[in-house]
Amino acid sequence: MSFAKIPKPDQLISISYTPPKTGWMDTPVDFRPGTWSYSGAAKNLTYLDIPNPRAWQPADLDWKLPDNWQEIILAGMKERLEKYRSFRLFMDLCVRCGACADKCHFYIGSGDPKNMPVLRAELLRSVYRRYFTTSGKLFGRLAGARNLTVAVLKEWFYYFHQCTECRRCSAFCPFGIDQAEITMMGRELLNLVGCNINWVIEPVANCFRTGNHLGIQPGGIKDMLEFMADDIEDRTGVRVNVPINKKGADILFVTPSGDYFADPGTFTCMGYLMLFHEIGLNYTFSTYASEGGNFGLFTSAEMVKRLNAKIYAEAKRLGVKWIIGGECGHMWRVIHQYMDTMNGPADFLEEPVSPITGTRFENARATKMVHITEFTADLIRNGKLKLDPQRNDHLKLTFHDSCNPARAMGLFEEPRYIIKNTCNNFYEMAEDTIREKTLCCGAGAGLGNDENMEMRMRGGMPRAMAVRDVVKKHGVNRLGCICAIDRATLTSLMDYWVPGVTVMGVHELLANALIMTGEKERSTDLRGETLVGC
Amino acid sequence: MNLLISIVAILILTLLALGIALSQNMAYLLTVILPYVAFAAFLAGFVYRVIKWGASPVPFRIPTTCGQGKSLPWIQTNPLENPSGCWGVIGRMAQEIFLFRSLFRNTDVAIIEGRPVYGSAKWLWFFGILFHWSFLIIVLRHLRFFIEPIASWIGVLSALDGFFEIGIPTLYLSDATLLAGLTFLFLRRVVVPQVRYISLFTDYFSLLLIAGVISTGLLLRHFFPTDLNAVKTLALGWITFSPVIPHKVSAFFYIHLCFVFTLLAWFPLSKLMHAGGIFLSPTRNMTNNSRRQRHINPWNAPVKVHTYEEYEDEFRDKMKASGLPVEKE
Repeated sequence: MSFAKIPKPDQLISISYTPPKTGWMDTPVDFRPGTWSYSGAAKNLTYLDIPNPRAWQPADLDWKLPDNWQEIILAGMKERLEKYRSFRLFMDLCVRCGACADKCHFYIGSGDPKNMPVLRAELLRSVYRRYFTTSGKLFGRLAGARNLTVAVLKEWFYYFHQCTECRRCSAFCPFGIDQAEITMMGRELLNLVGCNINWVIEPVANCFRTGNHLGIQPGGIKDMLEFMADDIEDRTGVRVNVPINKKGADILFVTPSGDYFADPGTFTCMGYLMLFHEIGLNYTFSTYASEGGNFGLFTSAEMVKRLNAKIYAEAKRLGVKWIIGGECGHMWRVIHQYMDTMNGPADFLEEPVSPITGTRFENARATKMVHITEFTADLIRNGKLKLDPQRNDHLKLTFHDSCNPARAMGLFEEPRYIIKNTCNNFYEMAEDTIREKTLCCGAGAGLGNDENMEMRMRGGMPRAMAVRDVVKKHGVNRLGCICAIDRATLTSLMDYWVPGVTVMGVHELLANALIMTGEKERSTDLRGETLVGC
Repeated sequence: MNLLISIVAILILTLLALGIALSQNMAYLLTVILPYVAFAAFLAGFVYRVIKWGASPVPFRIPTTCGQGKSLPWIQTNPLENPSGCWGVIGRMAQEIFLFRSLFRNTDVAIIEGRPVYGSAKWLWFFGILFHWSFLIIVLRHLRFFIEPIASWIGVLSALDGFFEIGIPTLYLSDATLLAGLTFLFLRRVVVPQVRYISLFTDYFSLLLIAGVISTGLLLRHFFPTDLNAVKTLALGWITFSPVIPHKVSAFFYIHLCFVFTLLAWFPLSKLMHAGGIFLSPTRNMTNNSRRQRHINPWNAPVKVHTYEEYEDEFRDKMKASGLPVEKE
């Protein structure tokens, strides 16, 4: 990845928080290279039946909108105000106290006042007031209202793609106003007139067709997993089996496709394979439901449902009892808060019970899908795994709470329990930057593309600096996480801000420490790095 | 600009109030008609807004979780920050409403020596809560004008509020703290560039309107006392629907009334409705149990999906070539 076109870190860090002289309604958006993402390609829109497929780019003057685009947007707004209490309430409820302002990583990293969640929301609220409130209709600007113009639409596009839907602002808001909800509505509205970004819409189109974001076809998935099995055999001397599309398995395993596609996610995926092999789990991967993540979440609620439907459908077809989901952030927002509501009830599945420990996962009774760290923490707690944490002694680890498992689930202790049982050198980052106050990688919600690199580095800066602190204090060299997007994007972020720190999933850490039946003397970790002290 | 317009609006309002107070003809309007109009507007507006919010369904269960969720039995959960049941939600909402829990988390950030440094920033929470509690106490104290005989709890509240017995008549603590809270909130909005940048007319106007109510109230109590018996007679007249124009009250009382009535009518039209809205916020008032118990979306509609059959039809040959099982040969 190249940082050639963006400012050097010491330049980027000189951030001014002084707002511009002109009021925000009079400050037009500037599509500066490095801070926005390319438009969605027409072929992807067509494939998904999204309106207005065409060739265009956000920096173009003419966005080739349909003639009645305002009508479409306003009708879309009306519909959503009637469908979502969150939307209607969050349009009215804000008192502009500003508590959210400096909680947003994009604001901290850019100083652009429109990246204060409050103002990013006002971009939409001002239009809501103008067309849906009496005071806005009568008093216009005095009531904080403004007309829906092309300039406003462009502003929406720019700033709703400078929000990673991480919900950090929501934790600090006295009313719980969630910018993620507002961004989601904003992006849905933009989609109604065909304005979206390719780094979201291509994965969505891929996922709809091939079952995963990366467009990997069935044979490719098999090859990749087999290749990992070869690597595992090379490192451990144990040949793990790779069950795919296996009918009669007890458990369907679904993980983000990033985990079988590229390093360092692949090492996490090897961790799953080794764990499941070691405990003798009767499970299967699926090629049809080969994606845990769901970029539909960054498009529209309808798209979330269209992509998510495959998981239950495949569980039904294969006749499994329940489902385990891999390490991923936004995937778990969808599984935890949307899946059952959208595509349930999953009455054809059984209430999840660990076949190894007999533990009943009461918290997943209805959805029937268990987070891999819940599953593994339970195994460790019941003494079902033989672990040698010394095999991770070459690592000094810190842990990044991914936004969605943190603020949409409250999954804090499970990964930490695994870490503490598999690693002797674990150091938490500063309290204001972890758990429910965790800072985003800066590239979630579909923003992890190369053309958006400057904004990614800005948005990720607060996270990176918290890592740098523990690097200085404790000599940390590895950043753990439970998110596939993190594994990809934090890697670039570390390269830029904190060179020398690499990124890993918790199940890679586990696999390093996991003593497997019949394994050979291990001299390296999964990455082939030499172990120390063993 | 928004600040300027707000100040002008308040000045116009004050002049209007002054005009009403000094003109004998307007007394009827102010003491007999406006009380009902203002109160009706407040009540109807408040109810309308809440019903309108409530009319939109909550399709998904979207609490913002700020603590460990309920999962495995041996993992300690945080039922107040991440409620898994009804009591947890009640506790969480009570913390939000009475203690401003989320605002208490507030931090600020500054770039120091090339890195962001987070500091504790409880001032907004402190003055915010000071302001709101003082306001509540003052409203409750005013019930003495509407209840005869005065309920004992109002007497106790007033006695506590005037505990320090500073001055004659005693300065109420809540008056002072309300003023302090209001001053902080106003100055913060005007002085902090980022907050000024996001402020709208309604933000300044609401604060100034409340300032008008307080200042006339304080003047009335400490500098231009009026016949409280006459005020009480008037207030009792209102609630028994037999208002009588008082004759022995000062012009300041009339101005005070004007501000109060404006505030009542303004309330449901403005951001002050956060008082009602906070109860409905789905990120706060929902349990985090969506995997344990299915949440129903009333408008859940079928969508176009890509079925396994369609998938296999496209990839069957490739699947067979890789040795993957297929449904149809």
